[in-house]
Amino acid sequence: MTNLKRRTFIRAAGAAAALGTLGFPSLVLGAARRVVVVGGGVGGCTAAKYLRKLDPSIAVTLIESKPAYTSCFMSNEVLSGERTLQSLTFGYDGLRGHGIEVLQETVVGIDPERRQVKTAGGRAIDYDACVVSPGIGFKWGAIEGYDEQVANEAIPHAWNAGPQTQLLRDQIEAMPEGGHVIIVAPPDPFKCPPGPYERASQIALYCKHHKPRAKITILDAKDAFSKQALYIEGWTKLYGYGTDNSLIQWVSAAGGGAVEALDPSTRTLTGLVEEFQGDVVNIIPPQKAGAIAFAADLVDGDWCPVNKRTFESSRHKGIYVLGDASSAATMPKSAYAANSQAKVAAAAIVAGFQGKEPDDPTFVNTCYSVVGEDFGISVAAVYRLNAETNTIESIPGSGGVSPANASPEIRKREVSYAHSWFKNVINDMME
Amino acid sequence: MENMKRDKTVHRGVCHLLLAMLALVLPAAVSAEPSGQAMSFTCAGCHGTDGASVGPSMPAIAGMDPEVFVDAMQAYRQDERNASIMNRIAKAYTDEQLKEMAWFFASQRLRLFPQPHDPVLAEQGARLHEEYCEKCHEKGGRPGDAGTLAGQWMPYLHYSMEDFINGKRKWPRKMQRKVDAAIEAAGDKAIPALVNYYGSQQ
Repeated sequence: MTNLKRRTFIRAAGAAAALGTLGFPSLVLGAARRVVVVGGGVGGCTAAKYLRKLDPSIAVTLIESKPAYTSCFMSNEVLSGERTLQSLTFGYDGLRGHGIEVLQETVVGIDPERRQVKTAGGRAIDYDACVVSPGIGFKWGAIEGYDEQVANEAIPHAWNAGPQTQLLRDQIEAMPEGGHVIIVAPPDPFKCPPGPYERASQIALYCKHHKPRAKITILDAKDAFSKQALYIEGWTKLYGYGTDNSLIQWVSAAGGGAVEALDPSTRTLTGLVEEFQGDVVNIIPPQKAGAIAFAADLVDGDWCPVNKRTFESSRHKGIYVLGDASSAATMPKSAYAANSQAKVAAAAIVAGFQGKEPDDPTFVNTCYSVVGEDFGISVAAVYRLNAETNTIESIPGSGGVSPANASPEIRKREVSYAHSWFKNVINDMME
Repeated sequence: MENMKRDKTVHRGVCHLLLAMLALVLPAAVSAEPSGQAMSFTCAGCHGTDGASVGPSMPAIAGMDPEVFVDAMQAYRQDERNASIMNRIAKAYTDEQLKEMAWFFASQRLRLFPQPHDPVLAEQGARLHEEYCEKCHEKGGRPGDAGTLAGQWMPYLHYSMEDFINGKRKWPRKMQRKVDAAIEAAGDKAIPALVNYYGSQQ
């Protein structure tokens, strides 16, 4: 044999061995593969469920510090009183029913060399692949005078659903007739781009019926926002937007909406041009990836770069970063995006275990916003990978927002579909 | 002995050549287009895991007849239905991709969930169905080439009938005549009765 032939033979033998394992990974390789999922939100839960769905021989452990999941999507309806926080809270028994081990612990580190996840309780859990879906963290210090303690006790962000959502609801209910609510909207990129404006809408829905002389001011760090034309259409129709009696006012960054400081004792915000004082103040701070993404060295700047074919971290092999924490433009940081990314990552992990190349990925995002009674709007997109530019792009000619000036019937249907969307996302991620 | 040895060597050489060819082919393979399964998985956030919507208004698409699926998606793609969101989504897919998704959903089991319904209306609907609808929507509207009505989510059925009646969706052959006859027979209650009947089925 010449050297060339021998090398070819070795490659050929390797390929034959890989072929032999197709379809029988656990039989050929012995012990079952284990995937550890860090984070029990949309990305983590969906990945765990779909890994088991695609290959039931894979052992999946999901680690989450909270005993139950509370969805941030639809939590603006808690502020209007349309639903309770309890109606957004779901346990992990559905996932356990799929054979997933769910541990209530806090992950403090990931060792990509030894392939181990470390918990605050001192455990080290081995993995063959690790999925990290921690959601967002906040850039405290971006607004002087606003920190985590102030947020917990007095000026909630309520941008992760939970006690702060209830605090904000209680404050809105307790404020005087004719009170002033201020929402400080963050700069891009942030979780749930239409969320601050749906929040203003839902608070307006409550005020319209209970405190009709109230005012809601959005102080924005941006000059434009998601679904803007549709929100303005809805606000005009429902809340008198553009008139002197409008329930909602939006102040763009250019119009002096960017906020530099907060005085929590007087609930006064300092803008570039003027000061704003509110009876209720809700600050949605600038955002970055969740804490574990930083502890595990998965970030570049504020977010986690990934291979957009697989969502494997560009920084550490064998770790897949999903959802809000990942850098996945042009997909938004949304629940549906995380759900879609999780299925791509799960398929890529399974393909990897079987020695196969992953297929080209396919993604969808849909997002509904309830602007008010019988007034729902949506955005949708179907995405593909552009391998040449390594970007996720919306398929030309598809997607987009609800049409302007749609019939009242369609706007009403979109409210119904928004609630159906909620139930099905929850079902698909954890039931 | 010598001959045998040579034969073996030749034989081995052929094997190596075959394996080498295989080796050259495998790594060169470009990653495949998304599978029907992968594309169908992206629908689950609205239509439920594998198309088994848990409602209350987005329709179940599990067990759907593949031709009905493709026809519906093509109609959405061409803005021929009074869509809220599906027209925007359908435009992303080729005919071939729609077929692959259609086969995926056709092979999934339809799961029906109990829905609140009016039993009196449902009973009236059962009689109307038998007389005006059963011929095309066989077995009480179970999944078939005329779509899925039995156990379908009731708000979705309402929307669909509204669109037919308001001229916002093209009637399938004979359907308009049959629906007109049912309305002639039962008046304003005809459509709610039919919807309650389908919604009552488990």
